[in-house]
Amino acid sequence: MKQLTAATRARYFRRQLVDRIMGGLCIAAAGVGLILLALILWMLFSNGLAGLSIDTLIKPMSQPGSGGGLANAIVGSLLQVGVGAMIGAPLGMMVGVYLSEVGKESRFASLVRFVNDILLSAPSVLIGLFVYQIAVLPFGGFSGIAGALALALIAMPIVARTTEDILRLVPQAYRDGAIALGSRENEVVRKVVLPAAFGGILTGILLAVARIAGETAPLLFTSLGNDVWSTDMTQPMASLPMAIVRYSNTPYPEWVSLAWTGAMLITVGVLVLNIASRFSYAAVAGKQGS
Amino acid sequence: MNTPATPAIGTRKIHPADTTFRLSLHAAGAIVVIVLLSILTIMFIGGKLAFDTFGLGFIWGTEWNPVTQVYGALPAITGTLVTAILALCIAWPIGFGIAFFLTETCPEKLRTPLGVAIELLAAVPSIVYGMWGFFVLAPFMSEYVQPWLTNTFLWIPPIGDSFFWFTAPPIGVGMLTAALILAVMILPFIAATTRDVLLSTPQLLKDGAYAMGATRWEALTGVVIPAVRGSLFGAVFLGLGRALGETMAVVFVIGNAIRMPDSLMAPSATIASVVANNFPEAEPGTLDLAVLLALGFILFVVSFGVLAVARLLLRQERMS
Repeated sequence: MKQLTAATRARYFRRQLVDRIMGGLCIAAAGVGLILLALILWMLFSNGLAGLSIDTLIKPMSQPGSGGGLANAIVGSLLQVGVGAMIGAPLGMMVGVYLSEVGKESRFASLVRFVNDILLSAPSVLIGLFVYQIAVLPFGGFSGIAGALALALIAMPIVARTTEDILRLVPQAYRDGAIALGSRENEVVRKVVLPAAFGGILTGILLAVARIAGETAPLLFTSLGNDVWSTDMTQPMASLPMAIVRYSNTPYPEWVSLAWTGAMLITVGVLVLNIASRFSYAAVAGKQGS
Repeated sequence: MNTPATPAIGTRKIHPADTTFRLSLHAAGAIVVIVLLSILTIMFIGGKLAFDTFGLGFIWGTEWNPVTQVYGALPAITGTLVTAILALCIAWPIGFGIAFFLTETCPEKLRTPLGVAIELLAAVPSIVYGMWGFFVLAPFMSEYVQPWLTNTFLWIPPIGDSFFWFTAPPIGVGMLTAALILAVMILPFIAATTRDVLLSTPQLLKDGAYAMGATRWEALTGVVIPAVRGSLFGAVFLGLGRALGETMAVVFVIGNAIRMPDSLMAPSATIASVVANNFPEAEPGTLDLAVLLALGFILFVVSFGVLAVARLLLRQERMS
């Protein structure tokens, strides 16, 4: 009897030990994740802040040694991301509304949902190649509008997915109420469902903007980059990611420093957008809860 | 009894405004499908010249010579698969550990900030990882890790007579560094997706396990994992899909040498890095460009397959 107890105890001890060890390893894994984040942000800020000055923000790119900045790349990025979001977000919203309000579980809607999920994580380099074939080659050259189009194609599935997810959270009673008052289908969606989900949709759009702001590969094939001031969307256009690519592979320390500053600016922008989207979502979720 | 709304719509006359509304939404849905199909078609048409020239042998051709205009895709395909799978092997255990920690053992107060930190890590643009890899990780690899690997694992026999695992000049860039950067990049994705999957397990199942006296680890391996196995694989495939198509981070650290790799530490190339790197020199209408589009087509087909499997596995669970 006593022996059995000892064996049971040993087994109990062993099970506890395995649990503790595995739990410890998982804590270590979380630690690794946090350390990586800290390492990357630290390198980014320590190198990026060094090159940050007013000149960086207001002067365009120029030859090494002549004190150039990133102004044209910043403006180019804002323009392309802005136009890209203006094309991609409404399209994505329409797809989301279709999936949630009209298509639902129909066969075509399931197909659209599946394809949208694939596009969501499709390699962005291929989107770039695709837009190169349809919007750069036929129209005689690299252009800011082609870059914006590539970014729009990346933003669309993100907005579609978040819009659908958020619309599904709108209580069915809202729709029923509107229908009971005699609203037409499009009024139900436009005047009841969409306003109720507005904050959530905005979250999705902010996330999509954050994602396309850091995209580099698609721009390589579409807007290419530009060393001089240009706000003409039909011409090759500079962007922060392309400026980073161009500057980081050079032997000039001030260019490398500018690349770090550019990377820091993008990362700060992307992280701020992410956190902002979180707050907008929390605000809406809180309002709907009360 | 509980479905008052739907039949009511069906029996009404549809107003013209609603018809337009429906049509435009259907059109938006159709655009999604059209985009995917046209990517596939346009890549294939663009790469047709390459497939015509080399036939299907393009896929397993090992030579890449711009001078003699002989191109084979196997070096890039090998580089893509090796780096992606290696990255997955590094990132998955850590990502799973983070997910388990976040869902089960983490103190309540830490849960949200940690979750947010992981998601922020996922949001950092890939070019930043590339720069970090190029300026920080690659020098560190060549200075410390690679000499150590070479000295320690010299005894591992090569595959065939050409692939020596860790024997190569320690220059920092290569498949191993690329795999590490990819691992860092997909880690937060795997952690976040796996966490969502673990969270979707019904609390009742877990409570049942605990009631039987199971430890947290036993509840995980004995009850939770079998219940959500499909979705867990889905999360893995999603990470793999990301790793396969990642471009900028890889371009910075892989070394961009298009040849059959002979060591994990030697400079190599992936499909995405070849496309991004050789594109500036590829003139429209030439075989050079067609080869890149053909490579893009192969990459698209492969990642389509991987992502489709991922979505099917993840959805299967969502339905049940």
